[in-house]
Amino acid sequence: MAAGQTAIEAKGVTKQFGAGQDAVKALDNVSVSIRQNEFFTLLGPSGCGKTTLLRLIAGFDFPTEGEILLYGENIAPLPPYKRPVNTVFQSYALFPHMTVAQNIGFGLEMLGKPRAEIDERVSQMLRLVRMEELANRRTSQISGGQQQRVALARALAPAPKVLLLDEPLSALDYKLRKDMQIELKRLQHETGITFIFVTHDQEEALTMSDRIAVMSKGKILQIGSPRDIYDRPSVRFVANFIGETNFIEGEVAEVVGGKAMVKLNGGGVVAAGVPETLKPEGKVTVVVRPEHADLVAHGGKADLWGRLENVVYFGTDTHYYVKLDGGETFIIRQQNSHGGGTGHAVGDAVGVALEPNSAQLVRD
Amino acid sequence: MSRGFSITGQPGFPFIALLCFAVLYLPVATLVFYAFNAGDSVAVWSGFSLRWFHSAWQNTQVQEATMRSALIAVVAATIATVTATMAAIATTRTAPYRGLTFKYAFINQPLMVPEIVTAVALLIVFSRLKVWTGYSGLGYLIAAHTAFCIPFAYMPIRARLEGMDLTLERAAADLYATPWAAFRRVTLPLLWPGILAGFMLAFVISLDDVVITEFVKSAGQETLPTYMLGQLKRSVTPEINAISTVFLGISILLVTMFFLISRKKT
Repeated sequence: MAAGQTAIEAKGVTKQFGAGQDAVKALDNVSVSIRQNEFFTLLGPSGCGKTTLLRLIAGFDFPTEGEILLYGENIAPLPPYKRPVNTVFQSYALFPHMTVAQNIGFGLEMLGKPRAEIDERVSQMLRLVRMEELANRRTSQISGGQQQRVALARALAPAPKVLLLDEPLSALDYKLRKDMQIELKRLQHETGITFIFVTHDQEEALTMSDRIAVMSKGKILQIGSPRDIYDRPSVRFVANFIGETNFIEGEVAEVVGGKAMVKLNGGGVVAAGVPETLKPEGKVTVVVRPEHADLVAHGGKADLWGRLENVVYFGTDTHYYVKLDGGETFIIRQQNSHGGGTGHAVGDAVGVALEPNSAQLVRD
Repeated sequence: MSRGFSITGQPGFPFIALLCFAVLYLPVATLVFYAFNAGDSVAVWSGFSLRWFHSAWQNTQVQEATMRSALIAVVAATIATVTATMAAIATTRTAPYRGLTFKYAFINQPLMVPEIVTAVALLIVFSRLKVWTGYSGLGYLIAAHTAFCIPFAYMPIRARLEGMDLTLERAAADLYATPWAAFRRVTLPLLWPGILAGFMLAFVISLDDVVITEFVKSAGQETLPTYMLGQLKRSVTPEINAISTVFLGISILLVTMFFLISRKKT
């Protein structure tokens, strides 16, 4: 099992609920391959199909069409108890009539492992999640964060080939969630198990993942590293869903060296990167992240022109709202330096300078 | 009207409430009271004594009827509880489908059909069976009791199943438990309070059935309630009160346990 090998692969997976006119496609011809030892995140708003895909991998539901391959073997028709895949549930689903240790040992017991091996593995798992003292507690006698750790240990104990995590941090408060994000990364690193993580929280996805698949309406819109997804969104939905973005409308004038020269509606031309899947022609949308642009005084060298509409101070940074000549509002985010002022007043005519390579075309 | 409507604040409410309680409990209280009568009358008090309890205890007919009642109730409630558990799992652990409501109604049918109708129907069918098979043992009574006990056992078990988190069974399957192992290790232990409650309810229902038993029983198969009914047709002594009092005590005990068990949440 070499690193970088494909651990799990969905091939043309469609999941349809209901039939006839009421039929709803929760997943629409989804294909994705997830590499061994990868922290892979399925990100999207509720109802986008991310949990459905997870359930199909776990075996709680079966695809209407398509295959799910685990190291090349189609597991789509297998029941959950025959798949070397474990799940951390959103509600944790700890067995209330068992102790912490019994919960963790359950999977191994079901696999028919000898008692001695189970005991050793359980104490190893308790150490891994730092819960040694609570081994004989009932699951109702421990806190939410501790329950979370038990759920993780229980799912990791049988050493699954893939660990599925269904929004496991959503029930925790902010501080605990931050701690668990680091904890999860550590566990993934130490166990070397492939993690598939489902979340609707873009920040969580960006901080934890090796790669992210952004989903909407049953389809995967873009797959890439957090930096790819953030800096080079290829679809309007992705740009909008992750972070703040400026959208500017224009028309492609020419393509030079792989860059589209876009003539903006409000005047001016910007060079924009072109995603692989997009043909640069006709009317297009250009996206620029607010922190990838600078405010310049009237008369300076700038790409866009407009009037400063509003300035909002956030402590670490300041947001400038520029009403562009083309009609759109462009937001610039600048980090504050100590004691620094802006030198710009609301109502001033200003320019917006884009950093090199910061503009990008997106599909609708 | 900022305080809203309150039924307890209406004129006459306390009176009606008290009247209802009186109608419900005064006769029972009277019955229990005269169980301790030293005299032979169930209406004239002549001093405190436990002699009727003693006499009921010594009465071989009472002993036999009690044992028979207990035997029927235990066997019928056990079979009914097992059947009801299976029915409850089958009707809750499934996606809703056309005809599911009909199945609920079908399982709970003994609650809706007038008891006397069931009794007459069973009398006719069983008398034929007795002729054909030559068997006239307790089996008929047990079968009849099992049938009308099923819905009583079914209700608390189904309620418990519906309140159970389905993810637990899913988690068990995810952790390599086959459907049978998941049932035995996760569903069943969590279902126990419901099963126990169902059993006790079925047991009490079987224990105090008169109508169906009276119709179905063969000669010499008196249960405690039918024995008491038979006694009332002849001379009435406080012995009946004493038996009733013990019976009442047992029923209250079982029903209280039923409530305590079904109230407990995990």
